[in-house]
Amino acid sequence: MRLTCPLCGPRDRREFTYYGAEEYLHRPGPDAAPDLSQGGAWDNYLHLRDNPAGPTRDLWYHDQGCAAWLLVSRNTLTHDITGVELVAARKGARDEA
Amino acid sequence: MAELIAKAALDGQGPVTRAGLVLSVLPPAPVWSIAPFPGEDLTPALAALGLDFPAPGRSNRAGDLRLIWTGRDQAFLLGGRPPEGLAAAVTDQSGAWAGFSLSGIGGEAALARLVTPDLRLAAFPVGHVVRTGLNHIPAIILREGETEFHIRVFRSMARSAWAELVEVLEHLAARAAAVQGGASAPARTG
Ligand SMILES: [Zn+2]
Repeated sequence: MRLTCPLCGPRDRREFTYYGAEEYLHRPGPDAAPDLSQGGAWDNYLHLRDNPAGPTRDLWYHDQGCAAWLLVSRNTLTHDITGVELVAARKGARDEA
Repeated sequence: MAELIAKAALDGQGPVTRAGLVLSVLPPAPVWSIAPFPGEDLTPALAALGLDFPAPGRSNRAGDLRLIWTGRDQAFLLGGRPPEGLAAAVTDQSGAWAGFSLSGIGGEAALARLVTPDLRLAAFPVGHVVRTGLNHIPAIILREGETEFHIRVFRSMARSAWAELVEVLEHLAARAAAVQGGASAPARTG
């Protein structure tokens, strides 16, 4: 498996560390209820995940390369990597972090 | 303040020559990290030095100064101090890195045993730089010349990186000796 880092080019999977689902980019805002009650914003953010058969998006860290966070689009059925983008280059990225 | 003795990484380690390649320790030299603050353009300040903030995987030089890309929105200035007042996070990392030179014909074949990206001249021309793993060791590799690479690793990993590189050179030398000595390949059947 290879990921094509937008900065470094195609690199071996061993250069990257998996972090988790794209949901981690969507941290609840300051107005979200500050409890972990079931189905609440924080419960969802921390614990609730889909388990898609097909397209999925998750976060990877290029730790042996440029040290950038990447948003990877891939397909769990075909193992195709369909996109790799810099988290920092996304619109409003600094608010997401 | 106590008088501290500046000591190079692998102090006293002489060059190792094997398989037509020379591995040596680079003398201690200034290394400064420059990470521009978001949205800041360092072009005018760097142009005054004859430098330009490098694109990913690139470097440029002016006299003794060299600016090499080392990560997202980060470059290292080698060989001197950056100017005051850059709109960037600027840190002196001179003591944090150890540098090696690997020179001679076929350095890329030696590195190919430790590094996954293609470092052959056509794919990795002079002045290009790559940040990758040297086996498991984070490294910054610069193609210094057509037959020379500069390899920088965290100083704490200098001894391990040196050992990895020497081992590769020994394997290459052993293979060359076997070929030269006419050692035959295992007999094939069928
Ligand atoms: Zn990268």
